[in-house]
Amino acid sequence: MLEVVRTIPIDYYVYLSTLLFCIGVFGVLIRRNAMVVLMCVELMLNAVNLLLAAFSTYLSDAQGQIMVFFIMVVAAAEAAVGLGILVMIYRNTKSTDIYLLDNLRN
Amino acid sequence: MTLAVFLALAFVSVLFALLMVFTKNPVHSVIYLILTFFAIAGQYVLLNAQFLAVVHIIVYAGAIMVLFLFVLMLLNLNSDTEPVQSTKWKLGAAIAGGSLLVTLVGALKGGIQLSMPEVSNSQVGLVQNLGRVLFTDFVVPFEIAGILFLAAMVGAVLVGKRDLNV
Repeated sequence: MLEVVRTIPIDYYVYLSTLLFCIGVFGVLIRRNAMVVLMCVELMLNAVNLLLAAFSTYLSDAQGQIMVFFIMVVAAAEAAVGLGILVMIYRNTKSTDIYLLDNLRN
Repeated sequence: MTLAVFLALAFVSVLFALLMVFTKNPVHSVIYLILTFFAIAGQYVLLNAQFLAVVHIIVYAGAIMVLFLFVLMLLNLNSDTEPVQSTKWKLGAAIAGGSLLVTLVGALKGGIQLSMPEVSNSQVGLVQNLGRVLFTDFVVPFEIAGILFLAAMVGAVLVGKRDLNV
């Protein structure tokens, strides 16, 4: 059995992931720069990845780590498309402030 | 010893995540997020998921964050152009985030009963084992991920184009 499985309870990983996820949520709420909001979303995805990897190791089941790969794939695609949209928005509004994006209001 | 390494990595990742959220300059945010990712990669090494750790560093720190940094520099964003949220909204966000944290921790506290296998395989995170699982049980999702990448690539090029009529 791995050293880490014997010495560290799984709860620690759960709490760490929860904390990182909540920091990500907090960042999404508190920042107005669309770029930083995207980065906070990446942080939230990473918190979930860490939890999946931890459970995968504790249960010695490879499926959790495969799931992490697919989350990475989706995150990479999301970052590429998101940044493309961001560049387009910047070209139109000369800013990345999300408060300017209220065209659908009224 | 392992616990000390875990706690150090956890502290570093949480610290840099908080710095990422609170720093004014977006470029510094990117740098802090990269450092957070390195701490998370350290956690993967601790969990004996070496392949995952290397892929994490290559994909996140190497590709995604460099893409973010490129776009930041292309758009010339810095702390002078950074829009600031109103204090009332910041307070609301703090309350909402704190409530979420309290709720999640309260819901998860002490409720985790793992039925760990009798003979645990510590080689589960190595590339040999992961590759076998990926190309036998998960070969269809793997191909679908390829299609998703193609679609994302086409979409990113189309969205980033200046003039769609060309």
